[in-house]
Amino acid sequence: MNLMANLLPAAAEIFLLVMVCFILIFDLLLKQNKIYTYLFVQLTLLGCSLITVGTHQHGVFYAFNGMFVDDLLSDVLKMLSYLGMSMVLVYSRQYLLLRGLFTGEFLVLALFALLGMNVMISASHFLTLYLGLELLSLSLYAMVALQRDSAIATEAAMKYFVLGALASGLLLYGMSMLYGATGSLELGAVSNAIHQGVQNKALLAFGLVFIVSGLAFKLGVVPFHMWVPDVYHGAPTAMTLLIGSVPKLAAFAFVVRILVEGLQSLVSDWSGMLMVLAIASMALGNLSAIAQTNIKRMFAYSTITHMGFMLLGLISGSIEGYGAAMFYTVVYMIMSLGGFGMIMMLSRAGFEADTLDDFKGLNQRSPWLAFMMMLLMLSMAGIPPTVGFYAKFSVLSAVVQAGYTWLAVVAVLFSLIGAFYYLRIIKLMYFDVPESHVPIVVESDTGLLMTLNGLGVLLLGMLPGTLMTICAVSVRQSLLLH
Amino acid sequence: MIFGLPVISVAIWLPILFGMLVLATGDDKNAPMARLLALVGSVLGFVVTLPLYAGFNTSTSAMQFVELHDWINRFNIHYYLGVDGISMLFILLNSFFTVIVVIAGWRVIEKRVSQYMAAFLVMSGIVNGVFAALDAVLFYVFWEAMLIPMFIIIGVWGGPNRIYATMKFFLYTLLGSLLMLVALIYLYNITGGSFSILDFHRVSIPMTAQMLIFIAFFFAFAVKVPMFPVHTWLPDAHVEAPTGGSVVLAAIMLKVGAYGFLRFSMPITPDASHKMAGIMIALSLIAIVYIGLVALMQSDMKKLVAYSSISHMGFVTLGLFIFNAYGMEGALMQMLSHGFVAGALFLCIGVLYDRMHSRRIADYGGVVNKMPVFAAFFMLFAMANSGLPGTSAFVGEFMVLMGAIKVNFWYAFGAATTLIFGAAYTLWLYKRVIFGKIANPHVEELTDVNAREILILAMLTIFVLGMGLYPLPVGEILHASVNDLLVHVAQSKLPL
Repeated sequence: MNLMANLLPAAAEIFLLVMVCFILIFDLLLKQNKIYTYLFVQLTLLGCSLITVGTHQHGVFYAFNGMFVDDLLSDVLKMLSYLGMSMVLVYSRQYLLLRGLFTGEFLVLALFALLGMNVMISASHFLTLYLGLELLSLSLYAMVALQRDSAIATEAAMKYFVLGALASGLLLYGMSMLYGATGSLELGAVSNAIHQGVQNKALLAFGLVFIVSGLAFKLGVVPFHMWVPDVYHGAPTAMTLLIGSVPKLAAFAFVVRILVEGLQSLVSDWSGMLMVLAIASMALGNLSAIAQTNIKRMFAYSTITHMGFMLLGLISGSIEGYGAAMFYTVVYMIMSLGGFGMIMMLSRAGFEADTLDDFKGLNQRSPWLAFMMMLLMLSMAGIPPTVGFYAKFSVLSAVVQAGYTWLAVVAVLFSLIGAFYYLRIIKLMYFDVPESHVPIVVESDTGLLMTLNGLGVLLLGMLPGTLMTICAVSVRQSLLLH
Repeated sequence: MIFGLPVISVAIWLPILFGMLVLATGDDKNAPMARLLALVGSVLGFVVTLPLYAGFNTSTSAMQFVELHDWINRFNIHYYLGVDGISMLFILLNSFFTVIVVIAGWRVIEKRVSQYMAAFLVMSGIVNGVFAALDAVLFYVFWEAMLIPMFIIIGVWGGPNRIYATMKFFLYTLLGSLLMLVALIYLYNITGGSFSILDFHRVSIPMTAQMLIFIAFFFAFAVKVPMFPVHTWLPDAHVEAPTGGSVVLAAIMLKVGAYGFLRFSMPITPDASHKMAGIMIALSLIAIVYIGLVALMQSDMKKLVAYSSISHMGFVTLGLFIFNAYGMEGALMQMLSHGFVAGALFLCIGVLYDRMHSRRIADYGGVVNKMPVFAAFFMLFAMANSGLPGTSAFVGEFMVLMGAIKVNFWYAFGAATTLIFGAAYTLWLYKRVIFGKIANPHVEELTDVNAREILILAMLTIFVLGMGLYPLPVGEILHASVNDLLVHVAQSKLPL
């Protein structure tokens, strides 16, 4: 009975792990057609979400001696990550099929990455956090390198791996210092110890700096952003889609778990650091994005910007701010799924639609796709009535509430610069003449998903209240109950 | 109520709904269908706004036809709509002009008809929302959303340099809007968590904050008006926009800026408004005089009318910031009148452009020989643009001058020069285009206005003359709201 109670909070992860192992074997038996593996993976995701919903209870539950936590925040983030992963797979199926990458390995690695994310989301101990992070990162390194004969993908994988390993090192170093200062690796205990006063302040400060640097590396914010454009550009678009979307949820959870749950007492220290990171990211990300001709690189810089903006929500140090940051992350995931999904839909065998010029005259080739892309771009630029506006709005609101009105002004001025390069995409699609007249073949499943994605951005923009409340409530409950 | 539905909501969503339907007709094979649907949609869109006029109570300054529903509870944001005397007439004006542009684009637009018509219908609904919104976030959503269709209209159907113009238009206006957003969030915080504009009117704000809020609002609204020196996007946008786009820009878009001053800047930050009034008046006078002179030198017809618009809008901002009833009511009259007159002038230029594909004044001359009916209409609107008594423009300009002279003789003196410059550039334009010898062989081939064009020009004539000869009904609608606004503006909002 005790064992069951201990395992129940982690039921979805256990199920996922069992299914991954099963799929690994099942896939060996299938020779050519991987569609069954694919369907099996999608069913696994469905199963996971059913289990997560089924085992949800009001309150906070710990398992494995306080290393693993199940609360509303983790359940909501997990549900969203299942949804995101499922969308990633739908978008990338045809793209990978045409490139011979639609293999069992890809699907299994994707599930392992998901498992890593889930562990990160539910971690309440430095070791679990690190374990989840490494499981996610190693899966992603391998996925980027999956296209073995592509020099650029291999280079991207190497860069990703080396810099990722460095970041992990920084994090571990920081964690060990915190352990030295507080005598515990469990987030709750660390928090208590700091709250009661720590002897060695210098050790604590150094630990914090290393931790923030490591987090910044993983989030890809300036000045730890160097890997982002190269990896986004070099990786096959399906992998870029995966890297650029769902893991951001886990990264958000990671940051909240460490900084808010573990180190809330040091908020005045880390919020200053995050402020520098955020401003630098918004400045450099936006300015560099203007100069890009490759849309994947442009999105990479735009990601840097968005992550910087998300950090603004955390700076406020209030529960409203954390809720806003979560809302921002979720919205960002939805938009980036659509954006990269669109690149893959316009690609075909032997052709990557990854330069800006490939979007020229899209309105004449496919008005519907152009309209969807326009909605996504407007949302990224934060222009109502799309949901991107409310994401920016809620973060700005938290920033102003915290008394940093000047910071909000800085943020909106950078958004103005950002609006330029998103508008440029709309300009290319609507005002320019197409360079190629090859008909765009749209699979029915990706087409439907893109429609849902684009209109979703619009509908969520009309009625953003529900999602906003979900984010706010889940953050509030999890943090207050701890 | 219309069939049990609230009037303002219908006025907003009906055109948008029709816009979507028009969009659904697809490519240009179904163009006749798209045009017909757009016409039905725009006419219905206008008809549903008429109950606002018929049921309007002129004796109160309170908001009427109010709709209040929860929208985003997390931030206490409501779907809150209502009109007073200031906003109601603009909703009518906007819906009326949608009909005009649909008819004006009937034959002229041949590529991507459905998208063109849909963009105008959607924009019509959104602009109605701007004028009716009483919740600041709702207002902001409509305010920004308005840019999207205009961006597309200029960028797709505009002239050769359209991309530069439309980018400039969008980014210029976005800059101001974003600063306004920060100001709105700040106000939300100091009202203790309300986005209702009416709550903003009541809250007291320290002077420094008032100044900063005023400046943020100034960027948002001055760009839209546009005031000197942030007016430079307008000539570009006007010149490159298709006729319908220019008409909506002149008749509607410029009005939302002045409306913003009335609804936000002046009642929310009255002390800052008084303090900044000197600068605002100076900028208005520069716009009136200097831009009037700039207009005189233009060789492009659309550019000339664009500069003339800036100059006339200078009258509006002057009227607002002299803080008396004459000035403010005159400014509102001038806004309405300028909508009709500038809209009509852009339509006239459109008529010529459709035939000759040139906007250069030098390419014309002697048009009266070939297009006598057109020349008569053009004459009337040219006269109205120079403020001839009996036309709508006279009423507004005269009232603003009366208001100005009460405050300071030299304000009125500066403003009055526009009566000379305005007459000079408009009549000179008219002379060069319409009279004289036929210098260009293309003019020889011109045909006079057809029934469709006569219809739209005649509709505008009715309003221009009607408002000029009998402005009383309009004035009655404005009185209560303007007086209430003046009371608001006179009260200090500084914390005690």
